[in-house]
Amino acid sequence: MKLMWFHLMPYTELPADFRDANPSVWVDIHSSLFDPKRAHLMYNDFMDELEYAAECGFDAICVNEHHSNGYGLMPSPNLIASSLARRTSDTAICVMGNSLALYNPPTRVAEEFAMIDVISGGRLIAGFPVGTPMDTCYAYGTNPSQLRQRYHEAHDLVVRAWTEKDTFAFNGRFNQQRYVNIWPRPVQNPHPPIWVPGGGSVETWHWCAEMNYVYCYLSYYGYKAGRATMDGFWAEMDRLGKDRNPYQAGFLQFVGVAESRQQAFDLYGEAAEYFYGRCLHVDPKWATPPGYTSEGSQRAGIESQVKKAADSGVRGKSTGERFAGVARDMDAIVENGYVIIGSPDEVAEQLREVATQLNVGHLMLLLQYGNMSKDLTRYNTKLFAEKVMPKLKDVHASWTDHWWPQPMDASQRAEISAFVPKLAAE
Amino acid sequence: MSEPETLTVEVNGFPTRIWRKGNGPKIGFLAGFGGLPRWVPFLEELAKSRTVIVPSLPGFPGGDRGHTVLDSHLDWLLAVRDILDQAGLAGADLAGSSVGASLAAEVAALWPATVRKLALIAPFGLFDEKNPPTDPWAQRGDAVPGLMCADPEIWKALKSPPEGANSIEWPIEQVRANEAAARIFWPLGNTRIEKRLRLIKAPTLLLWGEADKVMPRAYAEVFAKGISGDTTTRIIAGAGHLAELDKPAEVAREMLGFLGTA
Repeated sequence: MKLMWFHLMPYTELPADFRDANPSVWVDIHSSLFDPKRAHLMYNDFMDELEYAAECGFDAICVNEHHSNGYGLMPSPNLIASSLARRTSDTAICVMGNSLALYNPPTRVAEEFAMIDVISGGRLIAGFPVGTPMDTCYAYGTNPSQLRQRYHEAHDLVVRAWTEKDTFAFNGRFNQQRYVNIWPRPVQNPHPPIWVPGGGSVETWHWCAEMNYVYCYLSYYGYKAGRATMDGFWAEMDRLGKDRNPYQAGFLQFVGVAESRQQAFDLYGEAAEYFYGRCLHVDPKWATPPGYTSEGSQRAGIESQVKKAADSGVRGKSTGERFAGVARDMDAIVENGYVIIGSPDEVAEQLREVATQLNVGHLMLLLQYGNMSKDLTRYNTKLFAEKVMPKLKDVHASWTDHWWPQPMDASQRAEISAFVPKLAAE
Repeated sequence: MSEPETLTVEVNGFPTRIWRKGNGPKIGFLAGFGGLPRWVPFLEELAKSRTVIVPSLPGFPGGDRGHTVLDSHLDWLLAVRDILDQAGLAGADLAGSSVGASLAAEVAALWPATVRKLALIAPFGLFDEKNPPTDPWAQRGDAVPGLMCADPEIWKALKSPPEGANSIEWPIEQVRANEAAARIFWPLGNTRIEKRLRLIKAPTLLLWGEADKVMPRAYAEVFAKGISGDTTTRIIAGAGHLAELDKPAEVAREMLGFLGTA
């Protein structure tokens, strides 16, 4: 199976009274909480951490897009990814992803992703999220009633821009462009693998299954809550008569590994509580722009609540609504399976269970979260790579990953010269 | 309060409800934010002396999913014109509230012969950076009733499912009404209607709830100054944004006084 290292790039210095003193980490978080000089250090630490994960042997490093918030500092994950393309050599680069409806014209996504794919020699995984309500409808002002239609149209435009050989006119409902002809074209043929993060909506399961895209559940609520969502995806795959190839699925999981469970609890408690307490503190008024949740998903959500189903806390709920009900102290965080902690053996055993129970071949691991220090992040990353990773490599070994980047042959790729600052060299 | 007669017409392929009640000259009414999931006392008041015709707007209660095919402002205006024609309202008096008032004003601007006299309750369509409307789509759920009506219980009663209603579809229809309003007016409520007000030649009554927490009352002056026809402005004491829900008798009295009763 594939073990991927994901960074959310949270602002790490939100004050201790953040929850009480501020209505929201997202959309209208106050600028006075942001110190650019501290953020300079954070960005550089975070990029060091991503590069370190690549050195440690993770299969991929992952970044994502968010706007106007202290929970994630990457309005443009493509900027980070282009730097990673130069500072890593063989690791896949997963941009999870670009919120398609926010780009005007969406051709921009086709271009930037093609650039990253070319610079990296074909190592890009192209993630296409719809984006959270906070990012899309409020921070970026996209009409919630048109968001999904725009998303699907933008997807069609991007895929055509990658694959059509000749200049073409795109005559869409929302986008009209007389001459589409992107330069550069992606290295990967016909295009980088497309992965779609979903929140459990019926339509997204169906679309991923039908389009043969990877369905990713980026849950912060652990595998117990994620089970129903992934089951829903596999049920849709069965219904359409598709293989249950675990590599058509991805799942996000927080992990803290140490010498023992107690040590892990002590080491990672502060960072986990910072994340669940401060980073997910979203004002409910940003949770439900009307039209964002499809009527099919609303219906499934109401039915799930009526039945008191296992997934009643997430089905038909928007990101912000889910955040509101989250556990915030380390005991409950661990008890609910939000963060898997323990010795390397204990963590490996739990992750093996996640990967097999949920039938996922791509685990996106959050080994940095909240205000976790660079030292602790490196410790967590290194211990995982050395002691946990080898124990998981055989999981799903009988399946082929058809959704992994196909880079250029190493012999054809550019040699990247080491970065040596002039002053230091003299 | 007896139920109105209900007709169904097709608009862009979607079944669209038209309520009709009373006798006398016709008056059309386009509902405000949230639409009308049930017949309300205000319409009953009008029906005492006029033929009241209430077409649903696309996506609002009774308007099915008609909003989903409307992508531009022109699409919306053509749909509203179509609905008014099918409802037999061409040339009649036209009233509207909130989002419906904005569309009524647009119809009067673009097709002056379609509207005899116009009555608008706190219409959407303007945005002044220094005095912005409240964002109706960025609200905690429990804040909406008190934002729409001076008496929150009135909104809650309007939106609570009647006996026998489908407990799954009812709440979805109420969300759909908010989505339909968003589809026209997201994110600021600014359709640049100001540029078209001079085209309105019909005599126009402007009503504003004294306690409107959504639309600044100063906007009444912008409408009054912009509209070419004669305008009269009245403030409804004790009413919120949807003044016709808070004060049905008072709003109906002002309207009938302006439009005439027979």
